[in-house]
Amino acid sequence: MLIDIKEANKKAFEAIQSAQPIIKGIGTCLDTVPGMKKNLILHAGPPITWERMSGPMRGAVMGALIYEGFAKTAEEAEKIAASDKIEYSPWHEHDGVGPMAGVASASMPVWIVENKTNKRCTYCTLNEGLGKVLRFGAYSEEVITRLKWMEKTLGPVIKAAIPFMPEVNLKNIVAQMLQMGDEAHNRNRAGTSLLIREMAPAIIKTDFSTEDKIKVLEFLNSNDHFFLNLSMPAAKAILQAAEWIEGSTIVTTMCRNGTDFGIRVSGLKEQWFTGPAQIVKGLLFPGFDESDCNPDIGDSAITETCGFGAFAMAAAPAIVKFVGGVAGDSLNYTKKMYEITEGESQSFQIPILDFRGSPQGIDILKVCEKQILPQINTGIAHKKPGIGQVGAGLVNPPMKCFEDALQAYVDKYCN
Amino acid sequence: MSNLKDFFGKKVKVINLGIPSFADDLKRQNVEVIHTDWRPPAGGNKKIQALLDKVENWQNKVKAAKGAK
Repeated sequence: MLIDIKEANKKAFEAIQSAQPIIKGIGTCLDTVPGMKKNLILHAGPPITWERMSGPMRGAVMGALIYEGFAKTAEEAEKIAASDKIEYSPWHEHDGVGPMAGVASASMPVWIVENKTNKRCTYCTLNEGLGKVLRFGAYSEEVITRLKWMEKTLGPVIKAAIPFMPEVNLKNIVAQMLQMGDEAHNRNRAGTSLLIREMAPAIIKTDFSTEDKIKVLEFLNSNDHFFLNLSMPAAKAILQAAEWIEGSTIVTTMCRNGTDFGIRVSGLKEQWFTGPAQIVKGLLFPGFDESDCNPDIGDSAITETCGFGAFAMAAAPAIVKFVGGVAGDSLNYTKKMYEITEGESQSFQIPILDFRGSPQGIDILKVCEKQILPQINTGIAHKKPGIGQVGAGLVNPPMKCFEDALQAYVDKYCN
Repeated sequence: MSNLKDFFGKKVKVINLGIPSFADDLKRQNVEVIHTDWRPPAGGNKKIQALLDKVENWQNKVKAAKGAK
């Protein structure tokens, strides 16, 4: 095959640069997400069976089954989850992403994000907040009650507000966030505030009751991470444009299901390369220690894959108060990532680096040659189902994913 | 021999490749040293080096074939 890797990667990189993800709307998971079914549970990370799922992933599945009315108790949910009545599939195989356990079921409202450049859409649930929430594996009554409110009120109010909003370009918001101290993965305070500026007047214009509108606005204001569930599908939409380009060695997916870490590579269509999910090192909430922590989990590493998150930590030094380390570390993480990336983002600029573009487009050849792993910052879930978040920290993928991808690349192209 | 005498007689300036502790030891002795974070390709992993070589050889062939057209 006469494929020039440089040309293939340039094509992938240009597709990333030209992507323009916008908020398209809100839909119900069943009616909106390609391939969704009533008995299908979408989850974060590469494919996994119930038997191999970690505690928080199991807890989130059990919560979703109670939420959907498949079960009334946790015990009942556990039995149904293990039966052949329920099917499982990764969000990434349905054009979507899910933070932490990433569990989504048929009735949940989802964001619809469209890349204006190629008209393709990506999807993500709405963010529930921090603490005891489904995505960290909690399934108590307060979790299910919140999910029902999100289905019956939050989703419909935002859906009704979107036609009154100006077009919201998510790439532009992420670019602004990096100028305001966020890195759009574990720090979304500025992004959520910018979103509320766009949404609040539109919410007021809807026909919902004043009480509903107040509750929605209070919920948005109380949840600094509300924008995460938009920065993730925005990153997915940007990288989707670079998928499946013959010969390209650019990584288009990095994700974790709490058991395995998985990557996909542009030139190796739809193949997963997996290795064991690693333990996250960071700051834990009072009363917890490392023995409580589940291995790395969630699709949110799509932000790093897209050149923000930990790749742009130099723009968000305050995040070390959440994930651990000192402010200088954030600068070093970003600088190191230039060693393994194709280029510098034209959109995501880092003030402290004289507005240098963030490192973007992870190249498996560079990772394998330099033995430098992508840096990720992330939340930490308790390893047991039903407990929730216990901290946040820093983690890397296992090198095996990249080495297996390199082997597959050689088998496909070089023999 | 005189060159060697000159060498030891002058102030030593060092560029250190690879292991940082060598540079740290010299710094403690007030020797001017610049550390370079160098590693062998693929961290010395021969299997990965061989795979990277295959990719490089293939690309050389692609370039030669394209140049011949």
